[in-house]
Amino acid sequence: MSAAEEALGSDDAVPLSLRGPASTRVVAGYGFWLFLLSDIIIFAALFAAYAVLSGESAGGPTAADLFDKRHVLIETACLLASSVTCGFGSLAVQSGDRTSTYFWMTITFILGATFLSLEVSEFSHMLSIGAGPSRSAFLSAFFTLVGTHGLHVTIGLCWLVVMLLQVATLGFRPMVSRRFFCFGLFWHALDIVWIGVFTIVYLGAHL
Amino acid sequence: MSTEFEAQGVAPGVNVHTHGTRGSYLIGLGYAVVLTLASFWASSTDVIYPPGVPILLGVLAIAQMGIHLVFFLHISSAPDQTNNILALAFGIFVVGLLVFGSMIIMAHLNHNMMPMDKLLQMQR
Repeated sequence: MSAAEEALGSDDAVPLSLRGPASTRVVAGYGFWLFLLSDIIIFAALFAAYAVLSGESAGGPTAADLFDKRHVLIETACLLASSVTCGFGSLAVQSGDRTSTYFWMTITFILGATFLSLEVSEFSHMLSIGAGPSRSAFLSAFFTLVGTHGLHVTIGLCWLVVMLLQVATLGFRPMVSRRFFCFGLFWHALDIVWIGVFTIVYLGAHL
Repeated sequence: MSTEFEAQGVAPGVNVHTHGTRGSYLIGLGYAVVLTLASFWASSTDVIYPPGVPILLGVLAIAQMGIHLVFFLHISSAPDQTNNILALAFGIFVVGLLVFGSMIIMAHLNHNMMPMDKLLQMQR
């Protein structure tokens, strides 16, 4: 962006109609922001279903029997730490620093994968004691809500691998840094959804 | 790119005023850790009057979501963020309608429903 354009953009005296179209980065970022909000609305519907059905355990295991707080605290710590390392990685992408991009994004991947493996081990334990999604309405709602979040994390990890490959093959061209930027938004949004999950599902179970 | 002023507002996650430094991520992490530990503590302590605990948990969760929005997604009230804020406000509105609307309607239906054993007796 030239100095003249920058001065034009920052000058509030210039009417909006004379400022010209927004840059691709702004349009792409805004579009992705709208997608994230619609994704959060999907989660809201699943949260509503869980809130309605959480007591309907049909004589099977209840929420208080199944959930272990320490396990959830470790999962939360992994996801929160990965959100911060993803932020550091985004800063590295913005400054075009390849080594520190690889470093922070690899840590992000490892923390995300740790979170996912903890969740899978929790799910497989629940399935092994007969508390699968078909046991009761409560467990159906639980597996749908937490499973959808886990699916998002899985997709995020795949996306991260693709982005690292694109940095390796294409370098930091605007297209790649734009996609990386959208990935950062996605990852932070997943962390916001997880705050709702651990508060309502896991901490709410022991009240 | 991200630190320059854009012609038509800025993308979410781009804060031209704070520049999203490492420091801001660490401040956000600090707040988020404190709030997370506070909600885990609140759910297992006997110090707090029990009926108040869900409200406290809700407040802590909403506060932490706000912290994430400000420090990680860099949403602010700056004039160039108007579009992002408006979209966020509409999203929160729909989320609120969905969650509280469902809970109120289902609780109301549940309240008005005949107990299952009575219903079975009538069918005999």
